[in-house]
Amino acid sequence: MSWEVVIGLEIHAQLKTNSKLFCHCSAAFGDTPNTNICPVCTAMPGVLPVLNKKVVDSAIKLGLATNCKINSINEFSRKNYFYPDSPKAYQISQFDKPICLAGYLNIMVNNELRRIDITRIHMEEDAGKLVHQGSDNISGATHSLVDLNRCSVPLLEIVSEPVIRSATEARLYMEKMRQIIRYLDIGDGNMEEGSLRCDANVSIRKRGDIKLGTKTEVKNLNSFKSVEKAINLEIDRQIDILEDGGTIIQETRHYNEATASTTSLRSKEEAHDYRYFPDPDLVPIVIDELWIETIRKELPELPEAIQKRFVNDYNLPTDHSVRLTSIKKLAEDFENAYKNRKNENITPLETANVALKYYDYFLSNNLDFSKSNHASFQIGGLTFLVNTSTVSSSTITSILPDIVNTNYDPIEYVKEKGLAQVSDTGELKSIIQDVIKENPGPAEEIKSGKMQTIGFMMGQIMQKTKGKANPGLANKMLKELLGIS
Amino acid sequence: MIHLNAHELFNKIKNKEVSALELTNAFITHSKKTNAVLNSYNLITEEIAINTANRVDKKIATGEKLEIFEGVPIAIKDNICIEDIETTCSSKILEGFKPPYNATIIEKLNAMNMPIIGKTNMDEFAMGSSTETSFYGVSKNPWDISTVPGGSSGGSAVAVASGQAPLSIGSDTGGSIRQPASFCGIVGVKPTYGRISRYGLMAFASSLDQIGPFSKTVEDSAHLLNILCGYDFRDSTSQNVKAEDFTRDLNRSIKGIKVAIPKELYNSSLSKEVKDYYDQLINKLSNEGIIFEEIELPSLKYALSTYYIIAPAEASSNLSRYDGVRYGYRSENANSLIEMMTKSRSEGFGDEVKRRILIGNYVLSSGYYDAYYKKAQQVRTLIKEDYKKAFETYDVILSPTTPTPAFKPGEKTANPLEMYLNDIMTIPVNLAGLPAISIPCGMVNNLPMGLQLTGNVFEESKLLGISNQLEKILCFKLNNSFIEGVL
Ligand SMILES: [Zn+2]
Repeated sequence: MSWEVVIGLEIHAQLKTNSKLFCHCSAAFGDTPNTNICPVCTAMPGVLPVLNKKVVDSAIKLGLATNCKINSINEFSRKNYFYPDSPKAYQISQFDKPICLAGYLNIMVNNELRRIDITRIHMEEDAGKLVHQGSDNISGATHSLVDLNRCSVPLLEIVSEPVIRSATEARLYMEKMRQIIRYLDIGDGNMEEGSLRCDANVSIRKRGDIKLGTKTEVKNLNSFKSVEKAINLEIDRQIDILEDGGTIIQETRHYNEATASTTSLRSKEEAHDYRYFPDPDLVPIVIDELWIETIRKELPELPEAIQKRFVNDYNLPTDHSVRLTSIKKLAEDFENAYKNRKNENITPLETANVALKYYDYFLSNNLDFSKSNHASFQIGGLTFLVNTSTVSSSTITSILPDIVNTNYDPIEYVKEKGLAQVSDTGELKSIIQDVIKENPGPAEEIKSGKMQTIGFMMGQIMQKTKGKANPGLANKMLKELLGIS
Repeated sequence: MIHLNAHELFNKIKNKEVSALELTNAFITHSKKTNAVLNSYNLITEEIAINTANRVDKKIATGEKLEIFEGVPIAIKDNICIEDIETTCSSKILEGFKPPYNATIIEKLNAMNMPIIGKTNMDEFAMGSSTETSFYGVSKNPWDISTVPGGSSGGSAVAVASGQAPLSIGSDTGGSIRQPASFCGIVGVKPTYGRISRYGLMAFASSLDQIGPFSKTVEDSAHLLNILCGYDFRDSTSQNVKAEDFTRDLNRSIKGIKVAIPKELYNSSLSKEVKDYYDQLINKLSNEGIIFEEIELPSLKYALSTYYIIAPAEASSNLSRYDGVRYGYRSENANSLIEMMTKSRSEGFGDEVKRRILIGNYVLSSGYYDAYYKKAQQVRTLIKEDYKKAFETYDVILSPTTPTPAFKPGEKTANPLEMYLNDIMTIPVNLAGLPAISIPCGMVNNLPMGLQLTGNVFEESKLLGISNQLEKILCFKLNNSFIEGVL
């Protein structure tokens, strides 16, 4: 039997506005519990919400960046439910008049362009945090503590159409969304800290069927890895059930990363009736063309556009331009390094190679690239060193640990440490002549045509120069001195 | 002295005939003495009243000019937050609760140095028309202590009618200022929705709630409105309209004004006795050159049912925050989170509040939302349009404030619908967000009756002007010696 997977994602992106959605409290992450609170966000009797317009700006930004239509009349509704992390016992959210509608994002899957449609994006407030004592969950806890710092921090909920066809696509779409959120600088997009979250609606159907299968909602996906893993688990679970002749129950399932399994949280029958209705404490927000156009002008250049430009203007391979635009800062640092190149003949590709090497070093060592203030300057310096054959590109890798996160000029550094390649032909010539003298046997082998021995001789040269011999030059001179070139 | 109106008292302070402290003490003494009978206060706030009075006296001593109503005491309904002062909504669920902040109007009254005498009794969470749903027991109507003072702002009305305070503040969601004003023979104003900030008013039904004043005269209310009104950024539904002097039309002639009497309010629900009384009253006013015309506001017949969908719906959500987690009453008999919330609410709320929460949850639940809540909002639009059309022709709309004078406790509690019917005259005004006033117009069965005048949105000045002239014509006086006798 051939099955088709149908996935829709609900992404929650926390916005990094200064203040919360409906009060003046700081929206900062990680502060001492219950220090960023006031009568409004703790739902004292008699308080009223006042909308933070910056949140609307952020929502419009994301809407425009994801090709959405921006609704001119916006309304907030109350989603009613009782839980200690929700002090009003309702969440202020948008229900039938969300701010953004009908957009899409393109992702690349196995070198093929896939369009993922976005149903809607809406604004809502986050809940507080419960810390259970003596257990992981509330039912087993001796008592639970409530931290309302996060309560009413602004969120955007981004709902996709059920058009995602695999767990990998889901992850790629999620990564693309994070990339855009970070380019727009409206959120941190950090899944581990919870500033980016995602629930997946998963169902399967026989290939060719039009009717959708019964879906389950998978929650608690706290990393991109979890997204992919949990969805795959759920697909396998559903296929097993259907192939055994069973039926899928509509339910919410909780993903447990430690055990790599999902367990049922609640079935459809136990689902809440949220009794949505328009919040009478807030007036509708009217977004006119002027507002939208003002935001449109503030939009930064987005990754897809930059990629195209890098390919067209700099003749970079697509793979390079995709990797360079993975984060905005890298694209900017690359471009600045190239624009300020120290040699006219430095090519974009040379700069790109160095930039990617530089960035990879941060990635593989779990360093924060966003805080690397001298990246562009150092990438430029390193490119110059490579371009002038002052160091080999492998040398770059070995000096990166010493210079990143410092303001070292790589050119000065190489000079200070005496790392420059020996490219002085006179000096190199006498070293190579010594090596030939000391190794007459191998020298004869090469002369008689056993070219593999060149490697051995090069090793000897490198040993004598402590690795600083310019390998291309040394190779050429060796051959010349042996009279075989 | 305690039976003087606010304006007269203010002049006495200004002219140094009495100090603000002496005045405040007189009202506190009288309030303490009579509260045992009237049960109009949940709390007398002697300390803050005296502090404020002292501030005024200091100002006088340094020769500073006083602004109107500085030093004049005022009583506050117990659903308006005063920082660190117990504010309970007359509910067990908020027993002992002290808000960490001041309502906007409290800031305004403090800035105007008006001594706050106490927090007045009310129907629990303003749900009721008699103060009978108060956790602290019913307040008594000073005209006849065997009758109710009306509600929900009953305590505030009693305070002014009985000389406990010359002014008081109430809130009006479906008539909760105008109906008790009518029952107690005083003036009560519900301003246009959005005129006075709701920040710090413990919400009952957010789209209907509006704070307003009680006073002995229309002029006093006009002055108090000048202090209370104004845009507040903390209330998104507050209206950013230009400040105006609400006393500006008080002396304007009302000869030739056109007054509409809606059939829907005038004929259906009145007893013959009450109807005859108002017929004769209108005759009298016609002789003063006022033009009365009967009109139809057809959608008004749906007002009561519309109100009893919208108000409970909003209330069910507004009152969800009382869950025993952060403040207020928490049940001791709970073994789990769900039990803690359920029992705290079951034990903390009274029957009427529970009834309305249930109605509200029902009309908002999926599957019923369209048939009830959505439909009710559509009717509400029709009601607004009916009024709007009427105001194209008429200056004000007139009706009795209540279908009957004050009733006895228990008379209407057995059948909630009967209690709801008592608000039939006042409810449409809240649905339309209009300003309205109740002024005393005479007595039926030895109990005061009120005349309700409704104005167009933001036409409070005109409404108060007309009311002030009618007040002069009607010559209604609080029978102070009679009330003293009762007490
Ligand atoms: Zn806050």
